[in-house]
Amino acid sequence: MKYLKFLLVGFLFGVVLTKSEAVSWYRIYEMFRFESFHMYGIIGVAVLTGFLSIQFFKKYQKTDFEGQPISIPDKEKGSFRYWIGGLLFGLGWGLVGSCPGPIFILIGAGFYPIIIVLIGALLGTFLYGLVKDKLPH
Amino acid sequence: MLSQTWPWYISGFLIGFVMFLLIYFGKTFGMSSNLRSMCSMAGAGKFADFFRFDYKSQHWNLIVVLGAMLGGYVAIHFMSDISNVTLNPKTLVALQSIGFDAPNGKMMPNVMFANSVFSDPKMVFMLLIGGLLIGFGSRYAGGCTSGHAIQGLSNLQYQSLKAVIGFFVGGLVMVHFIIPLIF
Repeated sequence: MKYLKFLLVGFLFGVVLTKSEAVSWYRIYEMFRFESFHMYGIIGVAVLTGFLSIQFFKKYQKTDFEGQPISIPDKEKGSFRYWIGGLLFGLGWGLVGSCPGPIFILIGAGFYPIIIVLIGALLGTFLYGLVKDKLPH
Repeated sequence: MLSQTWPWYISGFLIGFVMFLLIYFGKTFGMSSNLRSMCSMAGAGKFADFFRFDYKSQHWNLIVVLGAMLGGYVAIHFMSDISNVTLNPKTLVALQSIGFDAPNGKMMPNVMFANSVFSDPKMVFMLLIGGLLIGFGSRYAGGCTSGHAIQGLSNLQYQSLKAVIGFFVGGLVMVHFIIPLIF
């Protein structure tokens, strides 16, 4: 039961990302060619809603549903990791058109070649874990 | 109505609402963390300290992923319409020039995502490299679109802005310079 709410939130996320077509390779391609406002509108409104949500939690609702204090950790200081990690991620995103959320959503939707992308993503994560201490952050 | 393409303002609001719910449940919004949990579950802790962490505390996020997969299944199988994925005509011309099929209501191009690509070594390689960049890049940058672009920017994190600029520069380079070379 404890996990049911997470299953439902995930379900909503999967339906929204599919019906908004944010999971579509075509939409990502169109976005990076600046030929549609659609994806920019989605990200913009999501960030605006998110910003208002976080302000709400900071000002009015400081505890979660169990009464525990809410804390949203700040991102670690750094530069190289964000610029270079971001750039590498973006190259992959532009090529296969899906980021980690959509990878799972599309497999659920039955686009099985995405499993190859998932295997690549797991290998990439593993590789990062191996070389992490040798990289500038 | 539900089977049409959902407008950006409703979709964006609902994605923000998903983040709202996760924070209210005492968690955070971040999908790529699941890749690390999965590596740990598969025994990657034997090879690197990075994977020796309490991944059991991350089970909730794997349940979110499971729900998302079910959502994708339902949305594709019961809420699709021929009018879906209507692109800018200019994009259709560009697709033709790189030899990609037009959507005509489908979510993904057959050239890259039909089951026939399993027997196409070039495409398998592309998908694997794409995945590798996504996995390595998101962990190096400490997050992906959900953790940095949505939650990070919402929380006015300067570090996330750097990562998001990186995401966009990478995507632009791929779509404008590399894709025309490799397809």
